[in-house]
Amino acid sequence: MRTSPRLKSARLSPADTFRVAGGGLRARPLRVVLSALGIALGIAAMVCVVGISASSQKAFDERLKALGTNVLTVGTDSQFGSGAPMPRQADAMVRRVEGVTDAASTGEVKDAKVYRNDRIPAAESNAITVLSASADLPRTLGLKQAAGSWFDSGQAAYPTTVLGADAARRLGIHQAGDRVWLGEQWFTVIGILAPAPLTPDLDNAALVGRQTAERDLGFDGHPTSVYVRVDERFIDKIREALPRSANPAAPNAVAVSRPSDALAAKHAAEETFTALLLGLGAVSLLVGGVGVANTMIIAVLERRGEIGLRRALGATSAQIRTQFLTESVLLSALGGAGGTALGIAGTLGYALWQGWPPDIPAPVIAGGLAATLMVGATAGLWPAVRASRMPPSHALASP
Amino acid sequence: MTGTEEKTGTDENTAAAAEPLVELERVTHVYPGGVQVLTEVSLRIERGELVAVVGPSGSGKSTLLNLIGTLDRPTHGVVRIAGHSVTQLPDQALSALRATTIGFVFQHFFLAPGVTALDNVADGLLYSGTGRGRRRERAEAALRRVGLGHRIGHLPHQLSGGERQRVAIARAVVGEPRLLLADEPTGALDSVSGASVVELLRELNASGTTIAVITHDQELAAGLPRRIQVRDGGIVADAPRAVAAR
Repeated sequence: MRTSPRLKSARLSPADTFRVAGGGLRARPLRVVLSALGIALGIAAMVCVVGISASSQKAFDERLKALGTNVLTVGTDSQFGSGAPMPRQADAMVRRVEGVTDAASTGEVKDAKVYRNDRIPAAESNAITVLSASADLPRTLGLKQAAGSWFDSGQAAYPTTVLGADAARRLGIHQAGDRVWLGEQWFTVIGILAPAPLTPDLDNAALVGRQTAERDLGFDGHPTSVYVRVDERFIDKIREALPRSANPAAPNAVAVSRPSDALAAKHAAEETFTALLLGLGAVSLLVGGVGVANTMIIAVLERRGEIGLRRALGATSAQIRTQFLTESVLLSALGGAGGTALGIAGTLGYALWQGWPPDIPAPVIAGGLAATLMVGATAGLWPAVRASRMPPSHALASP
Repeated sequence: MTGTEEKTGTDENTAAAAEPLVELERVTHVYPGGVQVLTEVSLRIERGELVAVVGPSGSGKSTLLNLIGTLDRPTHGVVRIAGHSVTQLPDQALSALRATTIGFVFQHFFLAPGVTALDNVADGLLYSGTGRGRRRERAEAALRRVGLGHRIGHLPHQLSGGERQRVAIARAVVGEPRLLLADEPTGALDSVSGASVVELLRELNASGTTIAVITHDQELAAGLPRRIQVRDGGIVADAPRAVAAR
């Protein structure tokens, strides 16, 4: 009788599958490199965007930590505060609150303006404010001097001023000892402050001692801002208690803010830009995927002979499909690996250049590689199915 | 091994003792679009035969090869290879049949460029479930068998046309198939290389492989023991056998 052993096609081992797919790629290195490059650029862009953003965040966090997040500002509320200035001893009163370690105040000297010299037209005030500052302001806020020094008790009796970083730049003052025309008289600049990120108001101010302000500039002695450094554990409680302590007569007239929060919010606002860049990276990844799909379609058209031969050698249509799908995924993964390396290098380079601590979140790399595998599988699916459905005789008929 | 089915009762079907390796019963093949390339062809090839299928281009001989090689299924009629009816087998089983029973040699060799002769031949066993080491061992043996033991590590472009076809033949026989189908194996070769390839096919046949050679080369065909003449989609002569006149 007819012997009819069961015909069962043999399984192709994973190693052989990869070897065959890799061989297909090796045969056309230039095309492989170019289409992998498309994927690589997309992934590199995404890794860079996320990596740079994370590094910038890390740098910001470290900076904020250095500045301290335990400073509160008590200011006159813009809505309810106009008629109720804070009492003259507001900083002393606030210092009595439990958990407050330091307090200092500034008060706006309303009518005083500051100029480089007495020949500048009055309108060109550069929007620099003149503030009366209490002696312990630098200690409370951790202010650093860029040049010169802070008021000492002796000097405060004479017309001297300390300029904020921006104010000094706008006035063209780079060293202590120069004079400025402040409130219709000459003031000697005894110091310039380093930029104060937590309290940008001070950057654009000319500071004068309280006594000087009252004596020479007609300052009313009411502080407009009280800066409070507190024990961070009690910050919420203190925040609640501050309005009543700073202005017992009109607690509603003051507003308490935490400068580090404002800084973080500003930073977060800048970060929304990265979402847009990430979207652009995703689009370029998509374009890279289209490139891979294109390469695979061309490969299937060109390699009809190979497909026919493999079918003649006994490959099942499923094995042909797997081969081309694996090839596409490999191609894409190649781009993904290259792009990840490129992205890491880009992030490291940029972070180093900016002086940030580089930070590349591992989930981003994992996600990027997973995305390339997905792109490769999606891009290769249709070409692979097309290759597998090609009738062997038809595949072999082509030249 | 005694029973021979005689379902169709074609006049040419003599009741042989052994089951034929290739059996076509009233096979008609129509290409999509309606071109009929084969009309009611019946044919048997016994084990151990060396057959030439001869005919001008367009006669249908390539279609005949595709049907015998199970690369295509007939529109009508029955094709049996080693007892398996091709029409009823799913793709997987057909692929397995090709992997184990049939070897192919093509006019244009179809060698992978940039891959050594050894690995090209080893690919002949890729879909047979043989491990890589064993595939390469057997490939080396097959290359020696076709007289290319000294060319094992060479790349296709380093080989002459005749050598490339020998590599392709080694790939076709490395799995020791019972049936070897050669489609114009000398078509791309000069006469000296062509003659050596034919000689190699004779040797393989002598050692037991059933071989069908498709060719339009009458001279080549004349040197083979059996010649099947194909013209206009039918068999017009089968020598030394006689075809019943219709």
